[in-house]
Amino acid sequence: MNEPLYLWLIPLLPFTGFVLNGVFGRWFPKWLVTTIGLLAPAAAFGVVLNAARGLIGFAPAFASLPYVEACPVGWISVGTLHVGFSFVLDQLSLVMLLVVTGVGFLIHIYSVGYMGHEEGYARYFSFLNLFLFFMTTLVLAGNLLLMFVGWEGVGLASYLLIGFFFKRKSAADAGKKAFIVNRIGDFGFLIGIFLLLANFDTLTFSEIADKLASNPGWTGGVLTVICLCLLAGATGKSAQLPLYIWLPDAMEGPTPVSALIHAATMVTAGVYMIARTHFLFDRAPFALGVVAVVGAATAFFAATMGLMQNDIKRVLAYSTISQLGYMFLGCGVAAYSAAIFHLMTHAFFKALLFLAAGSVIHAVGGEQDMRKMGGLWKKMPVTFATMTAAVLAISGFFPFAGFFSKDAILYAAYLQGSFGKVLWFVGVFTALLTALYMFRLWYMTFLGEPRGEHGHHHATPASMLVPLVILGVLSICGGWIGIERFGAFLAPATGELHFHPTTPHLELILSIVAILVALEGWLIADKYYRRKPERPRQLAAALPGVYNLVANKYYVDEFYGATVVKPLLAGSRYVLGWIIDVGILGGAAWLLAGLATLGGAILQRWQSGNLRSYAAWLAAGAAAVLLFIVVPWGAVMASLGIHLTMAGH
Amino acid sequence: MDAINQSILTLILLVPLAGAIVVALMPDRAKLPNWIALLTTLASFVLTLHLPEHFVLGQGGFQFEVNRPWIQNPAINYHVGVDGLSMWLVVLTGLLAPIGVLVSWKVINQRRKIFYSLFLVQQTAMFCVFISLDLMVYYGFWELSLVPMAILIAMYGRKDGPRAALKFFLYTFIPSAPLLVAILWLYARTGSFDYATLRILIAHGSLAPTALSWAALAFVVAFAVKVPVFPLHGWLADTFAEAPVAMAMVVAGKLGLYSMLRFHIGLFPEQARIVAPCLIALAVIGLLYGACLALVQRDFWRLLAFAAISQLSLITLAIYGLTFNGWAGGVYQILAHGVEDAAFFLLLGALEYRYGVTRIDAYGGLGAKLPRATSFFVITALAMIGLPMLSGFVGEFIILSSTFTGVSRGWAITAALGVILGAAYMLWLVQRIFYGPESEMAAARPAADLEFREMAVLAPLAVLMLVMGLAPSIWLTSIQTGIHPPQPKEAAVLHFPFASVSVVTIPSQEEGRR
Repeated sequence: MNEPLYLWLIPLLPFTGFVLNGVFGRWFPKWLVTTIGLLAPAAAFGVVLNAARGLIGFAPAFASLPYVEACPVGWISVGTLHVGFSFVLDQLSLVMLLVVTGVGFLIHIYSVGYMGHEEGYARYFSFLNLFLFFMTTLVLAGNLLLMFVGWEGVGLASYLLIGFFFKRKSAADAGKKAFIVNRIGDFGFLIGIFLLLANFDTLTFSEIADKLASNPGWTGGVLTVICLCLLAGATGKSAQLPLYIWLPDAMEGPTPVSALIHAATMVTAGVYMIARTHFLFDRAPFALGVVAVVGAATAFFAATMGLMQNDIKRVLAYSTISQLGYMFLGCGVAAYSAAIFHLMTHAFFKALLFLAAGSVIHAVGGEQDMRKMGGLWKKMPVTFATMTAAVLAISGFFPFAGFFSKDAILYAAYLQGSFGKVLWFVGVFTALLTALYMFRLWYMTFLGEPRGEHGHHHATPASMLVPLVILGVLSICGGWIGIERFGAFLAPATGELHFHPTTPHLELILSIVAILVALEGWLIADKYYRRKPERPRQLAAALPGVYNLVANKYYVDEFYGATVVKPLLAGSRYVLGWIIDVGILGGAAWLLAGLATLGGAILQRWQSGNLRSYAAWLAAGAAAVLLFIVVPWGAVMASLGIHLTMAGH
Repeated sequence: MDAINQSILTLILLVPLAGAIVVALMPDRAKLPNWIALLTTLASFVLTLHLPEHFVLGQGGFQFEVNRPWIQNPAINYHVGVDGLSMWLVVLTGLLAPIGVLVSWKVINQRRKIFYSLFLVQQTAMFCVFISLDLMVYYGFWELSLVPMAILIAMYGRKDGPRAALKFFLYTFIPSAPLLVAILWLYARTGSFDYATLRILIAHGSLAPTALSWAALAFVVAFAVKVPVFPLHGWLADTFAEAPVAMAMVVAGKLGLYSMLRFHIGLFPEQARIVAPCLIALAVIGLLYGACLALVQRDFWRLLAFAAISQLSLITLAIYGLTFNGWAGGVYQILAHGVEDAAFFLLLGALEYRYGVTRIDAYGGLGAKLPRATSFFVITALAMIGLPMLSGFVGEFIILSSTFTGVSRGWAITAALGVILGAAYMLWLVQRIFYGPESEMAAARPAADLEFREMAVLAPLAVLMLVMGLAPSIWLTSIQTGIHPPQPKEAAVLHFPFASVSVVTIPSQEEGRR
């Protein structure tokens, strides 16, 4: 495996697309914008496939991983701090790259049809390419700081794309919120980086892993703190408790963006980061426990919120948060390959759900409220069919993709003692809720009678249908590889033991339980949203407290507003601005000036505001200084009898 | 080439001065003063580029040095030279000069002769502050750099120029008086104004320590006002709001910060170490204080002023952390901040020129009409809030990491909170000006997007921000040759006052292994 893989091309190609469309896109004809916008991810995908062919095609090639490409010129190099540009390809980054560039390319194609008649078409594609640039950098990064570059960068791309329709205040607000909430997480990430620097003197993943390997007894302590800091970053980017609040608002962005960034790829960066730094988390059992609890809690709470949403994209947004919770749960029980497996299958079916939802929104003229949809299955059969596959996949029905990956996570959780059984139970109960809200969406959108007044249905162009079909196939077959083979492939990168189904019966039983639970969720949805559509309203009336709490998303946004944002702004304006800056400091300054004014008539003239006298005084001052330089000062002082000690001579 | 190396610094000083004289002598007709000033500043910028081109990396100490007696008694020498610390600051000053002229191009329409000649005089003064190694010459030009500033604030103030000029005057001139006294005292004790000589004599320990402490204090107070360091920042917001853009662009930051490095810590390392914890605390307070106040400003110049206080406090933190990396990051951040600030001043100046309003809430929705201005504004904002791959990140990361590993974890973590606040005030500003529905004022006054003159400045600045973020070694390599933070005699440990509150007790690696 001496053949170079040209990894640096993978981020560079989308970056070129960004620059070309971003700078010159305004003058390019539309076909050229499209060509550049599509060629960049296609070519990057090609480079990834080339790397994958060389590695997967020949079994011995596994041994040559990780493959490292380092830029000979360092990035930041000062004193003892040296950070370079290095890219690492191993099994983990390969899987992630395939997902990012593959799904990314499909969504680029879809965007051609979806965004075709929007203003700022070139801007859109340049931002989308920019996202791919940063995301591939994040994935390939060989050290934590370069990963942080990609990490913050995808946040930027997300900010720009959420606020794409920047004339809408809600869109601009949502973009800003996403960036700032992410920055709160990144604050933790930065502290984690500093702690790593202080304890390891390096940020390179392989060197940290080596140092840990040479100290087998080193667990807990500072490693726990580091992992919790990194987890803070991950909860921001991957929209986990308590920083998930930006993701539902991020649905203000164009739907393909929601599919790519806020479902399939960027939000999974936190999971990827934990898997990438697994050698740290493996030594910090407490931090791992926190990851698992955060994941399970997020999965559950987000699912309950998803039940109450009426905006089709917001249902999917909460569902994404919930599914990311599963992935965190997987990481938290050290089943990294199961988490990555779910990341991959989730990328397929969640991207598909969003694209299908986009297709629906496109067809009904921009309507996103499910209460005004219904009966669409006849009008858009392809969308309906693919959406059905995705709904079955996310609900965990055999043999759809989601079944295999969710099952792997739940099984791994179940094996973790009594604590793991609690997590397993939460996970299974969330699976019930998942099936419930997904089939609710399915019934409200596609079945029943048409409820909205949508005079004309737009036809869905082929550029939108092809990605739907491909993702539909992947949502069905994506999990067939099975966790055993997938885990074995990832094992060199995630350092896990292979999945040994020591208790095959247990695994089978758990799978059956999971399917039954999902079926129950479907049946409840069937009852409430098809057979007895008046029941949800009756239920809400019977339990007004619970209903209001959940429907208002537990008032978390309001809580943050009242405890953080408002006190910060009011404190800054009144306490810092008025009392301290103007009152105390300004008062003290003017008091001093006033005393000086009283003390001398000269100063009084200055304050007269008379420009002439003022400038004259300034000029006099300058002249005095110059005079001072010219006057033989030593002679003057000597004549005054001041003795000059010429020390050192 | 030796002849050029010998005279390059003198040329850099004389070219703007000659330009000032030419402007003063020529008639104030059409754009004549503008063109002369532009050509002069471009020429001086090109001259400053000679320095990095011919800087010898392996050679420590000062380069391009000239040391000639100027005045016999008192012994004032024309002693100039640059090292890694000051060289890029000279280049930055050179770069900002033509930008200052272009920024003023259309805004300054009366008394152009006075404006441009004073502008060029100030240019010479600033160059001299960075290169002079004789304390008396340094002091003379330090003062001289303040005079044109005060006059121009008074003359060209937007609403209340004289008041702002008075404030500037009181804040900056009054602390200069003790500085002069301290310099004269040093001369009286040692008989020398020479930087290198004084450094050796002070290190030798022949001066009374108490008096030395007072002298050092006079130095640091004068510099802290000029930076400005909290709570001495009262003049900055008014100056930003009133001064001509070209002057406001250079008034804060680099002069004071450089002087701290060279003349406070450089001359008085022992005394500096004593006040360092205090300055670190003030820096971190100022960092958060500036950021919080930037959040709630209603006028964009004032917002920029408080943002500058926040940014510059980070550099003060780096300087008084007294670590090698911190200093390298600090100097780098001065450069980065200089470039970002210049772009901001140009952009906000362009908005003020077009709309005549500085209230933020009057703006809104300019994004559709001024796409180019929007793009550059967003890029600059991102660079300023330290987005990786742009200029602001490198310095910020080096400073925070070196503070964390080498100075104090508590202060570093507190300072890192600025990362969040910075994003908040900057992105909110971007949103209020450029996003959302178009405001009444923007709709009422249709304005053109950036013109060639503005693009010609902003495009290179944007590229520079990117290069500074991607390849900082271009600058850091030579900066590092000039960095010699004082070595502690005994391990100087700085204590975070709330150490008991931040309960994260972190065992050392050795402990962890057990």
